[in-house]
Amino acid sequence: MNTLQIPRNHVSIRGLYKSFATTPLYEDFNLNILKGKIVSIFGPNGCGKSTLINMISGITEIDAGEILFDGKTLKQTTIGYVFQNYRDALFPWMSSWENIAYPLRRANLSEEKVKSRVEELFELFDIRFNLKLYPYELSGGQQQTVSIMRALAPKPEVLFLDEPFSALDFEMTLFIREKLQEVNLVSGITMMIVSHDLEDAVFLADQILLLTRRPTRIAALLDFDLAKPRLAEAISDPQFIAMKSQALEIFQREMRAGNGM
Amino acid sequence: MSFSVKHRLLPFIGPVMLYLFWNLVLTAKWIQPNLLPPPDVTIMYMLKSFASGAIFQDLWTTVLRTIYAFLIAAGIGVPLGVLLGSSVQTYRSVEFLIDFFRSTPSSALIPLFMLIFGISDINKIAIAAFAAILVIMFNCAYGVMNAKKTRLMAAKTMGIKKFYIFKDILIMESLPQTFVGLRTGVSIALVIVIVAEMFIGSENGLGHRIIDAQQVFNIKEMYSSILVTGALGYSLNIIFMLIEKNVIHWSGKS
Repeated sequence: MNTLQIPRNHVSIRGLYKSFATTPLYEDFNLNILKGKIVSIFGPNGCGKSTLINMISGITEIDAGEILFDGKTLKQTTIGYVFQNYRDALFPWMSSWENIAYPLRRANLSEEKVKSRVEELFELFDIRFNLKLYPYELSGGQQQTVSIMRALAPKPEVLFLDEPFSALDFEMTLFIREKLQEVNLVSGITMMIVSHDLEDAVFLADQILLLTRRPTRIAALLDFDLAKPRLAEAISDPQFIAMKSQALEIFQREMRAGNGM
Repeated sequence: MSFSVKHRLLPFIGPVMLYLFWNLVLTAKWIQPNLLPPPDVTIMYMLKSFASGAIFQDLWTTVLRTIYAFLIAAGIGVPLGVLLGSSVQTYRSVEFLIDFFRSTPSSALIPLFMLIFGISDINKIAIAAFAAILVIMFNCAYGVMNAKKTRLMAAKTMGIKKFYIFKDILIMESLPQTFVGLRTGVSIALVIVIVAEMFIGSENGLGHRIIDAQQVFNIKEMYSSILVTGALGYSLNIIFMLIEKNVIHWSGKS
């Protein structure tokens, strides 16, 4: 359905500068992210993949440049962020239910609306465990599910995910991939996923953003239009394999280029 | 079954061994009997002092002083700790003072406090509170400073206002460490109250009772009062651990 519409810009990054201890990480970096697309970010270690989404989401301050969401500033935009370390991201003094409800309650929604929104997410994620439990009483995969639900609760325009699968077992990875894909198709929410696993990066992506070693530039922004929803079997689809090897080739080229420095 | 019974009996081994050793020391005449009464006699004496009510006034006075000192310390130490912890620069600028006085045995300051407050009830409470404030403030500040950055960032990305990040996240994050400070603080307050009752012309309290018994060589009274003091400290610790387990249920699990 989405392919019929002309995709428009959602996140636009203009003239971004960022340095750490006088070493430049990003210099005059420009990027457009299309609305409703899932963009995977992949690149060598230390190239600042997480830093990139942290700057866009306002966690890390930028030195110079402009980041706009549909022309709005970050303050005017609702975003969601899913951390790699769900254990440190959830609030252990609240039950899982209260964790999900927290951003809604602080946005002054009525208790009825809070309830119905959590209920909606409960249905969407097909939850089979008790949300009254505290996060530390849940398995890792359940905790990450709760933290994704919490990030989605206020209906963000953009969802940032920082290596969301890296601490999960394969079964949980498959489940969360499927749910994220469903959320994206149903709500058209733009997603930016940082990944250190090429298969994860390609699987959900409409676009794969490959970064170079620092100072970080865009090595390539690959379009990947394998039909959606993609099932787990998609990983053996010729188109999938072709995309993976193309990305790998660019990645390795960048690694070699980096070694020459 | 027999394993679990054995398991449950384990905590009693220590006290029973102490009891046997105490008896052994006396029967083997390693210590003169006029310096140490037998354990059963001491325990009976202690029970009698409860039955007759003789110990209640001293016990209650010590408990009250400890509670007052603790409440004052918590009332000042927690807000100050939160304040210091939320500004690393402020904390660094007074870190030396806190560490210095935290390392100074508070009993060394008793003469100074006598100059300020005289030989009064307030003096005992003031010095105990002073000793407890530092440890409470220090732990509370550390709890705030060591709040998990990820949780604060998570709240920030939700667009939560600074005041609510402080109230909902930072304060909650600091609670486990703050409770460590409160528990240590009440123990320190008890120690200083007992010392102050011994040496700052006191007419009541367990400390006074112990030193009084020693002066007139009433050793049964002395040992039984020492046991009561120990039991009081132990009970305070247990009460705090129970509160901690219920209020800070996530402590150590997340």
